[in-house]
Amino acid sequence: MTQVGTTERTTIVLFSGDLDKSIAAFIIANGAAAYDHEVTIFFTFWGLNALRKDQPVPVKKGLLEKAFAWMMPRGSKKLGLSRMNFAGAGPAMIKHVMKKHNALSLPQLIELAQAQGVKLVACTMTMDLLGLQQEELLDGIEYAGVAAYLGDATEAKVNLFI
Amino acid sequence: MDHNKLLDATGLACPMPIVKTKKSIDELSSGQVLEVHATDKGAQNDLTAWAKKTGHEILDSKEENGVFKFWIRKG
Repeated sequence: MTQVGTTERTTIVLFSGDLDKSIAAFIIANGAAAYDHEVTIFFTFWGLNALRKDQPVPVKKGLLEKAFAWMMPRGSKKLGLSRMNFAGAGPAMIKHVMKKHNALSLPQLIELAQAQGVKLVACTMTMDLLGLQQEELLDGIEYAGVAAYLGDATEAKVNLFI
Repeated sequence: MDHNKLLDATGLACPMPIVKTKKSIDELSSGQVLEVHATDKGAQNDLTAWAKKTGHEILDSKEENGVFKFWIRKG
């Protein structure tokens, strides 16, 4: 079914670790999947935090890596807002409003994306920088670098950097 | 209007109406008609754009008491 040139593609680089920007990225990804596009989200730098499991995973880390793991949000439920974060009051407010408007939460959007076959790719180079290991990230994702991303992006008409 | 399947997407926010419409259309065969009900304000433009790009035809649409109704024939 899937041949180069026949299937439309969409790629998104999620660089940001902000809740609002991550929600936007996943809404676009899910919309593109509904368009029958092959969709890739490439997670790099702070964007990787959306892929972290909620619970701490016992892995060997150096002191600096431990500090990073502790300072960064652990998973999609812990992300802060890019504006009006107010030390965590902002996200709570947004989540309340989203529920009221029957909008899907970020964890639900991620689940939906996986169910729709959106390819989630973690950037291995920035995983190393931030001290994140595969065991700490969600199951069912892929691991790659810039060349793999560009391979998808050159075939796509919609390429976003968020 | 006759339809082969009815999708109630009322109360759902973006992107769910379009995601559910795609799922429902996938379950039909070519030529069959899907009726969609949605309350999302963007649904009219969303479904029109989506149908055009994915090769389906919007046969008719109307608004009744804040509910947008669409009849889409699978291409």
